[in-house]
Amino acid sequence: MAQMNMIQALNSAMDIALSKDPTVVLMGEDIGYFGGVFRCTEGLQRKHGEHRVLDAPIAEGGIVATAIGMGVNGLRPVVEIQFADYIYPAFDQIVSELARLRHRSAGDFYAPITIRTPCGGGIRGGQTHSQSPEGIFTHVSGIKVVMPSNPYDAKGMLLSAIEDDDPVVFFEPKRIYNGPFDGDPDKPARPWSTHAKGEVPEGHYTVPIGKAEIVRPGNAATIITYGTMVHVAEAAAEKSGIDAEIIDVRSMAPLDVATLRASVQKTGRCVIVHEATRFGGYGAELSATVQEECFWHLEAPIQRVTGWDTPYPHAFEWEYFPGQKRIINALRAVLEA
Amino acid sequence: MIQKSRLHIPHPPARPGDKPDFSYLQISQPGEVMRPDVNTHAMDMTDLAHSMVRVLKDDGKTTGPWNPHLEPEVLQVGLRHMMLTRAFDERMQRVQRQGKISFYVKCTGEEAVAVAQTMALLPGDMLFPSYRNQGLQVARGRKLVDLMCQCLSNTRDMCKGRQMPIMYHSKEGNLFSISGNLTTQYPQAVGWAMASAMKGEDNLAATWIGDGSTAEPDFHHALTFASVYQAPVILNVVNNQWAISTFQAFAGGTRVPFAARGLGYGIPGIRVDGNDFLAVYAVTAWAAERARTGAGPTLIEHVTYRASAHSTSDDPSRYRPKDEFEAWPLGDPITRLKQHLIQLGEWSEKQHEALEKELEKHALESWKEAITYGTMTEGPSLDPSNMFEDVFKEMPEHLKKQREQMLAEGDK
Ligand SMILES: Cc1ncc(C[n+]2csc(CCOP(=O)(O)OP(=O)(O)O)c2C)c(N)n1
Ligand SMILES: [Mg+2]
Repeated sequence: MAQMNMIQALNSAMDIALSKDPTVVLMGEDIGYFGGVFRCTEGLQRKHGEHRVLDAPIAEGGIVATAIGMGVNGLRPVVEIQFADYIYPAFDQIVSELARLRHRSAGDFYAPITIRTPCGGGIRGGQTHSQSPEGIFTHVSGIKVVMPSNPYDAKGMLLSAIEDDDPVVFFEPKRIYNGPFDGDPDKPARPWSTHAKGEVPEGHYTVPIGKAEIVRPGNAATIITYGTMVHVAEAAAEKSGIDAEIIDVRSMAPLDVATLRASVQKTGRCVIVHEATRFGGYGAELSATVQEECFWHLEAPIQRVTGWDTPYPHAFEWEYFPGQKRIINALRAVLEA
Repeated sequence: MIQKSRLHIPHPPARPGDKPDFSYLQISQPGEVMRPDVNTHAMDMTDLAHSMVRVLKDDGKTTGPWNPHLEPEVLQVGLRHMMLTRAFDERMQRVQRQGKISFYVKCTGEEAVAVAQTMALLPGDMLFPSYRNQGLQVARGRKLVDLMCQCLSNTRDMCKGRQMPIMYHSKEGNLFSISGNLTTQYPQAVGWAMASAMKGEDNLAATWIGDGSTAEPDFHHALTFASVYQAPVILNVVNNQWAISTFQAFAGGTRVPFAARGLGYGIPGIRVDGNDFLAVYAVTAWAAERARTGAGPTLIEHVTYRASAHSTSDDPSRYRPKDEFEAWPLGDPITRLKQHLIQLGEWSEKQHEALEKELEKHALESWKEAITYGTMTEGPSLDPSNMFEDVFKEMPEHLKKQREQMLAEGDK
């Protein structure tokens, strides 16, 4: 076991994949010589060569489209989109092509691609470096969508994603690259070495896609969340003293319905938390699923705590960010109802 | 031997520790390039895309058909705008380092492009900038205080705290809102120009992107629409050799100049020494005349060098030699215009130094004024609930409800 932050864990996963499988290639803007603007691919070009770790032209559509071609021709590309906010030029290639290739060719063609992209706010990035667009992709049939919340899962899930024959969009919450963040920007930053999930095996292992994890057991209410918000929810539960069970969804599509069902059937109360905007967001899917699966067990209306339905404002990110206080208020609401 | 296909990986000429090497750069002699009539067909002046328009010689004198013959007073204004742009950049970099603003992008070494171009255009022409064209704002007379207030997200911020620093706009100044997403403004400028033509108006549109940004499909959307509709638009590529850590060869710029991309669309492409104030002015005036006389769009490649880091979040010593700018063969645009003015007998080292001091002081005083309107941590601040405004023209019910909730719950 080693201490790793999320950047090192992701780097380790890609290093192992490149070493183990000669068909794995990396491509993205500034990822090669430079090692990526968040340094996730640092040293990988030097170690594995320029023909396997490629700097790309600034064309996200081109990156995904050529990765599809490579995937069809026997490679296993792992591409980086520098910020999730810049994934939209690749939208057509992801939605119309990548997601449907297997289906439209009756299984004859497919592209086993992983698209890594940093998401989320809290870094003073304004509206073009803070978005959480996972819900836009979960709405598309044919791609898997995941978001880890810690270094251990990041490495294990990235290896699963790379080894998966289906395309995976792999969101990386950049606010927690260097340490868990509980939603309080005034507190000194905490490193991953202070967190159990900062312990990461150096070798190969996988964390399966499609499995949620209960990160805090409890009986009074269930919080369903993922990414940075897992840590904010934990702090909120701690602070309020409410015996909340917290589920880290990890895999948004496919979704581990069984884990959600068992928890909410036990607690009878449910709060859904994500940083993305609310209207038509992934929380609505979670809420509908819980309602369908647990209607007769629910003691209170399901609450959603999310980013507001506005672009992420530069000046007011902490007013925008769904912090501990809003989660506590929602927990109280489901308990008092 | 059997030949096999092989993947080509572009390389910059030098990496950290190497000696800078600009031998790849094709540079024409000042005065060498012809100046065709503005109505010439693109295919009859293809050499403009492959050579380099230059007016200023090493000795500070001018030469050739592209000399715009500007009055010394105009040149002095140009020099002042460039120096003010640099003084502004220096101040903002400093306050960013002090943690007073979250982010900044300098344009050091590229000042001639934005300043000379703005001066060659008319106030009614609409500018669609990228994030590295602050010279447009300065030359259009935007006050430093206003630009600084934007960077501070304070009570006088024209974006009301919604955008990161440097994403300025000015409705009165005909400066379009800057986006963080690369190249999106390029085809938008073409559309603006199409509307100008549809309405029978004289105003043209001009837009800027970097070398790296030419790889985005919006570059091709712009060229296609501009060509098809012969829109009155000036499309600029500021080739400063680097896109963050990536050398311009990763956008294909060392195989064929970016200017030559226009030719495939039947759009004249012209490559210019971007650090030569007079040459930039002259090609812009030429392109503007084309646009205003119905001769259509022009693609201009400005050859320059990004002397600073990509942004305050970047460390270029990781990917390029530290002393590259000193070796840059096209020099510093401010020094070159200064030399020209001195050579004309219209400027002196002493005046230059005095102006430098004056502008530094102006930048400092502007900053002191700007912070009285609030900083990220102190002084007056915007009302956070303004984030719900302007999402739509009229606030829908669900946003009203969310605003109520935010006000009732408070933050964190
Ligand atoms: C669509 C999109 N992709 C990626 C980015 C991240 N990014 C910001 S600036 C930049 C480099 C741009 O280089 P260039 O076009 O040469 O302009 P320069 O910074 O040199 O002025 C990149 C990759 C972005 N802002 N938008
Ligand atoms: Mg550039």
